[in-house]
Amino acid sequence: MTEHGQLHDAAPAAVPDDPAIVMRGVTKIFGPDPEAALALLREGRSKADVQAETGHVVGLDNVSLDIARGQIYVVMGLSGSGKSTLIRHVNRLIEPTAGEIVVNGEKVLDMTMAQLGDFRRNRIAMVFQKFGLLPHRSVIDNVAYGLETRGVGRAERLEKAAHWIGIVGLSGYETSRPRQLSGGQQQRVGLARALAMDTDILLMDEAFSALDPLIRSGMQEQLLELQSSLNKTILFITHDFDEALKIGNRIAVLKDGAVQQVGRPEEIVLNPANAHIEEFVRDVNKARAIHIRTVMEEGAFEPCEMAMPADARCEDVLPCFDQHEWVGVLDGTGRQIGRVRARQVIKALARYAPSNGQA
Amino acid sequence: MFPELIDTRPLRRAVDDGLGWVVRNWGGELEAAAYPLLMLLNWIERLLIATPWWLFIAFFVGLAFVATRNWRLPLVVFLGLIFLGLMQLWRDAMITTALMVAATLTAIVVSIPVGVWMSRSERVRQMVTPVLDLMQTLPSFVYLIPTVMIFGPGKIPALLATIVYASPPLIRLTDLGLRNVDPAVMEASRAFGTSSTQRLFGVQIPLALPTILAGINQTTMMALAMVVIASMIGAGGLGYQVLQGIGRLEVSRGLFAGLGIVALAIVFDRITQAYGRRIQERIGVGEVR
Ligand SMILES: Nc1ncnc2c1ncn2[C@@H]1O[C@H](COP(=O)(O)OP(=O)(O)O)[C@@H](O)[C@H]1O
Ligand SMILES: [Mg+2]
Repeated sequence: MTEHGQLHDAAPAAVPDDPAIVMRGVTKIFGPDPEAALALLREGRSKADVQAETGHVVGLDNVSLDIARGQIYVVMGLSGSGKSTLIRHVNRLIEPTAGEIVVNGEKVLDMTMAQLGDFRRNRIAMVFQKFGLLPHRSVIDNVAYGLETRGVGRAERLEKAAHWIGIVGLSGYETSRPRQLSGGQQQRVGLARALAMDTDILLMDEAFSALDPLIRSGMQEQLLELQSSLNKTILFITHDFDEALKIGNRIAVLKDGAVQQVGRPEEIVLNPANAHIEEFVRDVNKARAIHIRTVMEEGAFEPCEMAMPADARCEDVLPCFDQHEWVGVLDGTGRQIGRVRARQVIKALARYAPSNGQA
Repeated sequence: MFPELIDTRPLRRAVDDGLGWVVRNWGGELEAAAYPLLMLLNWIERLLIATPWWLFIAFFVGLAFVATRNWRLPLVVFLGLIFLGLMQLWRDAMITTALMVAATLTAIVVSIPVGVWMSRSERVRQMVTPVLDLMQTLPSFVYLIPTVMIFGPGKIPALLATIVYASPPLIRLTDLGLRNVDPAVMEASRAFGTSSTQRLFGVQIPLALPTILAGINQTTMMALAMVVIASMIGAGGLGYQVLQGIGRLEVSRGLFAGLGIVALAIVFDRITQAYGRRIQERIGVGEVR
């Protein structure tokens, strides 16, 4: 459990001035004449209004995000809220109706087709909800696919592919066909294919949503473990708030194509911006969302026998109270900055339950 | 009776004169243009006739075995081909097979690019589809007569007519197969920075291959269906035997030659279908979602 806590610790090495991905006022309207619908939207009409009046679907409504390097940035929303549309703008699989997108300092929308191909081959990799594996290729050739399009020689790409197949735990399946694998295994192939690209940025569109709960949970842990050593910028899409809380360093909540709230997981849990988000929060496992840093007793105390990083979640620290009265809280350098005990954690979990208000 | 509102005679004369003009002024050029086709057909025909019968049978029985790993299809192929030999139809069968193979090869070379083009542009599809409808419904004699006028009776008009008749299903199925490739796979490929040509050859065509093979299968069948008509304009082969049987009221001759065509059809149909199934199994299209 201690390791699990540390996974979150390693993540935000953010340089605030140099975000990996910036979206500014990105708006997408699906339909033959988006300009008319755009004008209506700009007048402040809702997605439903615009659709009723013009027959055009608002995919994204004025989305602005700054995604710092080395983070797992989660975009969360119900089905149809525009999550897939959003993530596809980052590598320009979808052209926006309006707005600006900057990735690694480059304006994606100004790229020529050739530059865009280059950008997709070298700067960014993607994992898909429906896996998107090539059914006529073996597992290893699927994993090597991105490297192949990049022009990497056969021997080198197969070696790299074999390495990543090993890392995602599929050694022995190199020559299998995708259809011979289970859903979870297929998505591991999808993940290995993206990781083999060795890009700084990884896009994951509901990568685990099609998997069974147990397998999904295993994949989440594996992703966190990988991230602790890889330190990529991961834009992760999900419709599952629990998943968002578990893996996100930051979460943006999307509804009807518009961003409702952006914040650290516990900020969203503790202060939901509106009724829509509160509905998510109500059913959520708060122990997973709240960092011990937010509930600790700050100050210089006697070093405790047991200690955890400040980014560990209440969920991680709870089992420790079985043996210890106090658990120390460490900052990034390993210095103890405070301590927690069971009562504080229980209070935090109880206090924010909406049923008893802000008691 | 429908009232005669316009005089169709000048119109008809214009068409007839136009064709006559083409024959007089372009006949030589058109014949030269079709010459490579004739070369192809003659080459295949010579090859097949020169091939010993036992080698031919062994080759197709082997092909059937490789496709199915089972003795049933090879046995069917063996019996079908032995029938042709026993009935003294071997040489005619080779001539017919040559026409079918030449027409199918040409149809593949022409139809697959057209199908690819259709699959990529809605406008092209809207333009080509009615042409295909026309090719499939227009009685073949309608275009057979002008081709005979241009090229004279013989193998070239027979080959051209067979190609025109047999191409549409392959064009349609190529288009259909390419468009039905799982969009999730296509998008994934796009996200990895492939060009549209890379996607066509690396993803779309391999995944559409079972459908394209079904098109090739239909093309071979339609080409075989054309042999009797083709023999009327000098293609020879099994169709010519059928024609002679009818002409001389020799029912047996027509019947045996007709059964010979059926035997050839079964051999080629089952073999191409078996290969289609094998490829389908290998890539498992439809199972990966
Ligand atoms: N190609 C498209 N054409 C028209 N509407 C679309 C298209 N793609 C998505 N939409 C619409 O845009 C909205 C957002 O879709 P999507 O981004 O797929 O949502 P999510 O991934 O959150 O489920 C939905 O209302 C959907 O119907
Ligand atoms: Mg989606």
